[in-house]
Amino acid sequence: MAEFRLPPNSRIRKGRHFDAAAGATRVRRFAVYRYDPGSDENPRIDTYDVDLNACGPMVLDALIKIKNEVDPTLTFRRSCREGICGSCAMNIDGGNTLACTRAISDVKGEVKIYPLPHMPVVKDLVPDLTNFYAQYASIKPWLQTRTPPPPDRERLQSKADQELINEPSACILCACCSTACPSYWWNSDRYLGPAALLAAYRWLVDSRDEATGERLDDLEDPFRLYRCHTIMNCTQTCPKGLNPARAIAETKKMLAERKL
Amino acid sequence: MHRAADYAKKQNDMSNSGRPLSPHLQIYRWPVTMLLSILHRMTGVFLSFGLLVLAVWLMQLAAGPEQYQAFRATMSTPIGIAMLIGWTFAFLLHLANGVRHLAWDAGYGFEKSQANSSAWAALAFAAAGTAVLWVIAL
Repeated sequence: MAEFRLPPNSRIRKGRHFDAAAGATRVRRFAVYRYDPGSDENPRIDTYDVDLNACGPMVLDALIKIKNEVDPTLTFRRSCREGICGSCAMNIDGGNTLACTRAISDVKGEVKIYPLPHMPVVKDLVPDLTNFYAQYASIKPWLQTRTPPPPDRERLQSKADQELINEPSACILCACCSTACPSYWWNSDRYLGPAALLAAYRWLVDSRDEATGERLDDLEDPFRLYRCHTIMNCTQTCPKGLNPARAIAETKKMLAERKL
Repeated sequence: MHRAADYAKKQNDMSNSGRPLSPHLQIYRWPVTMLLSILHRMTGVFLSFGLLVLAVWLMQLAAGPEQYQAFRATMSTPIGIAMLIGWTFAFLLHLANGVRHLAWDAGYGFEKSQANSSAWAALAFAAAGTAVLWVIAL
């Protein structure tokens, strides 16, 4: 059920402030969500003044600079720093995105950074994605066939068929979309969420897959698929410019059409 | 208990019991599509109550001129008029947004730019329609 307030152990307290290094000329303030699982304290917001003249252009650059030079306990996931691994997904300036592809200059004023919304927090900006990955696994994200493959070659696909799976295959599973979705906030125990549903769609429209019927059976459920109310937060926030909302609508259409 | 076993137990505890929940509604910047989505639900609930008033209006109409005058007087108070304006706006917004949902169900209007402009169009339609209807009515 929808619980709009944060539970008592999750309410945010005021944290510490760290000034920029002496002689800083172009200072920007970063307000960062902190939670230390080793203490009994509630989460807090620490603020860091960062000299942008001594910092890379992206929000991730600032986080790394803070971790290197100011506060080594600051914890976040990052890897590729070029928007393909999906590790540094977080809520920046009120929207979910990748810290490595979000320019500091695109944010006005204080840069507010939170973990992905409505998730259990492991530490600081690191959410527990166990349920998210389990949901992805539940849609069986692999090719399922009933017929034997041709003896002399792979299962081939036309260019037009390949184009159908091009866009949904570009998902990096960063979880920005699912954790932007109010339906997912209130029902993530039963609603699969836009990321898993986009992945499901990718296999539904794959011309080589032969389990379309079973896949649709699995999705035909008041919660798993139909908790999508076309709020569009998924598509609005996707850092790769993908469109989970349309994929979900197309899935609903497939279910409606097979009944006719 | 061994520390390793303790750690394994903690890892296996899927309830996330001790972990705080990250903030959501409190910090999320609302796209206009999200606003329209919740307004669609709120106007729907509000219109259900309006249906009761509509039923009372019909009952009073059938009950004769005196009863009808009493109903009319109640709805002509500033509060009554404010409620009626509210129902007009709710009806028009719910109608316009319903058309958006029809288009979506048919697979159209999912580009970000389309979804955003249709949201603003629905708001503008409801506001302008309410203004026009009430200028005529008053």
